[in-house]
Formats: sequence, structure tokens, C-alpha cells
Amino acid sequence: MIERPETAVPSIAQRNLEGYVGFANLPNQVYRKSVKRGFEFTLMVVGESGLGKSTLINSLFLTDLYSKDYPGPSQRIKKTVQVEQSKVLIKEGGVQLTLTIVDTPGFGDAVDNSNCWQPVINYIDSKCEDFLNAESRVNRRSMPDNRVHCCLYFIAPSGHGLKPLDIEFMKRLHDKVNVIPLIAKADTLTPEECQLFKKQIMKEIQEHKIKIYEFPDTEDDEDNKLIRKIKEKMPLAVVGSNVVVEVNGKKVRGRQYPWGVAEEGIFVENGEHCDFTVLRNMLIRTHMQDLKDVTNNVHYENYRSKKLAAVTCNGVDTSKTKGQLTKSPLAQMEEERREHVMKMKKMEAEMEQVFEMKVKEKKQKLKDSEAELERRHEQMKRNLEAQYKELEEKRRVFEEEKANWEAQQRILEQQKLDASKTMEKNKKKGKIF
Amino acid sequence: MSESAKPHHPSPQGKGEKTHGGDFSYVGIDAILEQMRRKAMKQGFELNLMVVGQSGLGKSTLMNTLFKSKVSRNKSVQSDPEERIPKTVEIKSISHDVEEKGVRMKLTVIDTPGFGDQINNENCWQPIMKFINDQYEVYLQEEININRKKRIPDSRVHCCIYFIPPTGHCLRPLDVEFMSRLSKVVNIVPVIAKADTLTLEERGSFKQTIREELRANGIDVYPQKEFDEDAEDRMINDKIREMIPFAVVGSDQEYQVNGKRILGRKTKWGTIEVENVAHCEFAYLRDLLIRTHMQNIKDITGSIHYETYRVRRLNESNAHLISQPSDHPAGSLLQ
Repeated sequence: MIERPETAVPSIAQRNLEGYVGFANLPNQVYRKSVKRGFEFTLMVVGESGLGKSTLINSLFLTDLYSKDYPGPSQRIKKTVQVEQSKVLIKEGGVQLTLTIVDTPGFGDAVDNSNCWQPVINYIDSKCEDFLNAESRVNRRSMPDNRVHCCLYFIAPSGHGLKPLDIEFMKRLHDKVNVIPLIAKADTLTPEECQLFKKQIMKEIQEHKIKIYEFPDTEDDEDNKLIRKIKEKMPLAVVGSNVVVEVNGKKVRGRQYPWGVAEEGIFVENGEHCDFTVLRNMLIRTHMQDLKDVTNNVHYENYRSKKLAAVTCNGVDTSKTKGQLTKSPLAQMEEERREHVMKMKKMEAEMEQVFEMKVKEKKQKLKDSEAELERRHEQMKRNLEAQYKELEEKRRVFEEEKANWEAQQRILEQQKLDASKTMEKNKKKGKIF
Repeated sequence: MSESAKPHHPSPQGKGEKTHGGDFSYVGIDAILEQMRRKAMKQGFELNLMVVGQSGLGKSTLMNTLFKSKVSRNKSVQSDPEERIPKTVEIKSISHDVEEKGVRMKLTVIDTPGFGDQINNENCWQPIMKFINDQYEVYLQEEININRKKRIPDSRVHCCIYFIPPTGHCLRPLDVEFMSRLSKVVNIVPVIAKADTLTLEERGSFKQTIREELRANGIDVYPQKEFDEDAEDRMINDKIREMIPFAVVGSDQEYQVNGKRILGRKTKWGTIEVENVAHCEFAYLRDLLIRTHMQNIKDITGSIHYETYRVRRLNESNAHLISQPSDHPAGSLLQ
């Protein structure tokens, strides 16, 4: 925030010029410069499928943005809400306008439409963020302004009032973008119905405290009258057509019914009707600058302060953001470098930690497996010993048996010897007899 | 109801009256038509119509236009606080006794405010299905009563008119869901609401798209192909099927056009005549619902949709009864 010093210029004296100086030419210089640069304008159209959004866009800009070869997104009902943008370069009288139309097919078409506004909000926020980043960059040579400057919201001509979906959407978007509500397909309403409908809608808009965009008065007197008339009759009731039909010998863009031809345009009260030149002028010629200004000064600033406040509240990155705004570029670079180095150090430390941990783990594992092996070794040894003992036992038994058996054999032998000896003796004795 | 029988003679008692020159073979069986007619006139008819669609599509206006009187729910814009969209689907039914040329009819219009108006419309068809099934249940209970009334009051929904918003592109997922579920329990007649939004070419292509989508999703709207009885019926119904869904415009205000007073809508560009078939198809819808196919609609409701419900219910309670036998009168019906 730039603080004005207390000793400001107290008052500025009026001076009258004594001759023609020439700075009255300043607006022309500005004009010429901006004409050379060209203008950018982003218009968003939101509404349920089948309300005539594509037709209106074609009518407003008298080009076939959506044609048979490049059909608009309305030909098929999509499952989810998408956000599509198409850029067109319009040149007229040396002035060029880069017009971006953002369409939202699938809005409000599903059975469950909760949060169908979320993709739209995300889109708007992302464009604001791009601009914020571009604004805060060091090198700001080219700053393309892709923010959404105006959002045309199409209301279905039910004749009763706003639907809950309409109210929710407008409540969420009125402080992010300029919302201009339109009554679509207004040729379906009789003048009385149209008036009642408009009154009902404005009542509900005020009830829910929705802030729609208000067209300010311009200097141009002639346009002013018409604009004021239209202004009082918000939301605008529009009828669009891409077909040229003939009415009383003259060719107009309109819709041919069996009971008559409805010309395209805006309905003002009492069945009075003006064509789209007025709306086109309002959007592009007279009020485009105002729309862009309001977007820049109000909506964008809202977004910016919210975003930066959120960041500083965290207390984490205070230095970072503050640094971007107040320090000089060199200091900023130093900071960035320091930050980078710190980050690297932190990463290194982390990696070391991880590494150590892993090493410990591995060691532990190895120890475990060693212990395991030892245990098994012990067990096997014990097994072997047990077996050995068994075998020893068996052998002993066997030896005993053997010894017994041998002893028995010897005894038998001895007996046999004795027996043979006695037999010999007996034989000898016997022979003597 | 049969076409108005033309009584050749006021007293067709069939006693060999010579109607054609010297015809002794006339018995007089065709006099039964006259007797039926008189009985029906004495009894009167009942018709229950349900209208379903998003708020603001002109349902109430169309009902008023169909029956040329204020038959639908009160829609005063100036007196009480404007119509609040209800948070859940409500079912409001209003009955009227109307009479024309001695024929009395009890007309019930069942309105469903809140359908399809919320942000999240999941299951918004459930209250409606429940209502329809409840009506069948009431009738069933009466029928299986031991002492039943001579003439069971018929509160079953005969026909459900579904209003399609005139986007001009295709059916929305909500429309497909609703119609595929309800075409199995009730006769559905889809109409394109506020058809003065569409030019004739747009109307033609929109109808084509809708018919294809209905076919692709297997939704059988009235008149159903499978219930055509003979070749003549089929021919008539085929012609009707070519025109579904009817593009209608409703109005309860009269204007002067060419010296005649007719119902219509006066816009800056011209006056839309409701009954002029070059402007919209309201006349066809009215003929279908009232002049030619009313009895057929009631028959199909009674003999097919109601029977399906009855079979299902009795099978369910059969399983229930086997576990607890009682003197429930339904037991007598379960052979």
C-alpha cells in the first residue's frame, strides 16, 4: 500500500490557459496507441442446453462462430460440465479485437446438477491466477489479459421466476465476474408475461442479494436514452436468429412461424423492440472498457486479496510472497538462490537419514539370519550326538551279545572236547576189556 | 366409449319393427348399443390425468385449455406470495365434475409441482411412482374385499402427460429416466410444451430426435405397439405414432381473429391460435385424449397396467402368506 506522505499538495489552483496548448489531443494519442495494440475481450455464456446461446453469439458478432461444419457444443448433451473456449479475431475499421468466447456445455443438463458451477468457477479462477502470476513476474513485457470480462447468464423463459439452479449459480459468481442475466427465447412470452417475469426475476435477485452488472451512463446522449431504457428493464429479453427472412419486402434476421415472423433483438417494454446493434454496442463499443475496468478493479482485486491473504495467513511462505512484491529483483534472485540451496540441503539430509535407516535395517536382518543359522547348527549337532549315542548303545548291546554268544560257543566247545576226551578214554578202556 | 349410436327409432325394443322396407329379419340386437349408452350416461365416467413436467412449462394452462375451464390448481400471481418451488415433489390432485350433452364426467387432474426443479433431481420420480402404485393398491384392496362395492371408485391414474421442454435439441437425461421408468406402470403421452418457441423445421427435427431416442431407450409411450388389437387399430395408431410427441401450446385467453373468438396467445408478431392445426398440435392431443381414445386409455390401464401390478402384489403376498396363514381374503384368490 502506498502511503501518501502527510505533506501532500494542499490544493491545486485552477488556471486558465491563454492559448491552445494541445494536450486536448491526449485522448486521441491514447486511442491510437490502444488501437494499434488491439483489444482483448473474453465473454462467457452460461445456460442450460437449448436456450439459444450459440445462436446469440453468432448474432451478436455477426460471424458464424458456430456453424454446420464446426457445430456448437449444444448438439449433444454432455455428461459433465465442460468449459470450451474459442478465439476469434475481428477486424473492423482498423481496430482489431481478439474475442474469446467461453462456452459451458452440459451446464444444468444432468439429473443431478449439484456443483455444476464448479468447473466454471475453476476456469475463472485459473484465468485470474494466470494474470496474477504474470503481473508478479520479473519480466512483464507481455501481459495477455485472458480474464473473463463478462458472463451472460441465460434464463429459461418459464414465466414464473428463477430456478434454484439459477439462484445458486448467480450467488456464487456475482463476486467473481460481471454477471448479466438474459431471458432467452423471449418470443415465447407475450408482453405482459414478459413484464411480470422480469419483475419477478428482479425481485428474486434483490432478495438473494445478487449483484448483477449495471450499465453506467455514457456521455453519448442518443445512445444514453436507449441504454437507460434498457437498463431499467433488466434482465434483457432476447431473441436470436441465424436465418434471414423477408418481412414486408425487407430482409431481417428472424424466426418464421406460421403466425408471423419474430425479428431478432431485445424486447423493451410495451412490445417495443430494438435489434442487437444496441446490445452489441453496449457490450463492445461503449461498455467494454467499463466491463474490463470493473473486472480489473473489483473482481480481480477481490480474487487477488483473497488469494494473497490466504497465503500469508499460513505463515509458511510469508517471506516468499512479500519478497516478490517489495524487494528488488536482485535481492529476489539472491533469496531464490538461498532458498534453493536450503532446499537442496534439506533434501540431502533427508536422503542421508533414509540411507542410515536402510543400513540399520540391513544389519539387523543379517544379524537375525546369523542367529538363525547358529540355532540350526546347534540343533543339528544335538541331533547328531543323539544319533551317535544311540548307535553306541546299539553297538554295546551287540558286543554284549557277541560276547555272550562266544562265551556260549566256547562252553559248547569245551563240552564237546570234554565229551570227546571222555569218549576216547572210554574207547581206550573199552578196548582193554 | 363407443361412437354415438344413431338410434334409428326411439323405441328399439326389437319386435320386428319394419325399419327397412319389408325386412322381417331385424331382431334388434344392435339396440344394445343404445342401452349401453343410456346406462353409461347415467353412471357417468371417471378420468384421472396426471401432468408431469418442470415448473413453468404450461401444464396448468394446458389442462385448462383441454377442458375449457379452470380445472387445475390455483395459480394466482397477484394474491398470495408467488409460487414457491417446493423442495420435494408434491402430488396435488383436484377433482371436478363436468358435464356435456348429458354425459357426466368426474375429471381428476393430478399435478406434480416440484418435479425436476431442484438442483439435484435424483429420484424425483419416486414420489410419483409411489402415488401411482398406491392408487393401484387402493383399487386392489377394494377388489379383494369380501363385501365389495358394486362400483369400485376408480382413482387409478389413467394417463400421464409428460411435458418436454422445447430445447430443440434432444431429450434430457431426466426425461429419459422418468419416461423409461414410468412407461411400465402407466400410459405416458409425451408432449412438447410451449411449442410456439419452435419454428416448423425445428419442430420436425426435434420430434424426429425424440422419437429416435425413445426407440433407442426402449420407452413405450401410448399408444403402445403391442396392444393394437387389429389392423384397423394399428393403422389409426400408426398415424398417431408418427406425430408423437405433440407440439402443444396452451392458452386460456380468448382473442378476436377474423371475427371469431378463439383461444390463443397474442404476441407482438401475431396471434397463435391454439386450435389451428397449422399452428400447433393441440387439437390432435385433445382428440386423442378425449374424443377418440379415452376409453382405450382406461382399458389399457385397467387390463394391463393394473393387472401387472396385481400379479406382482399377489405373488409377493403369496410368499408372505405361506409363512403365516391367516384368514386374509387374499388367500381365497391364491389357487
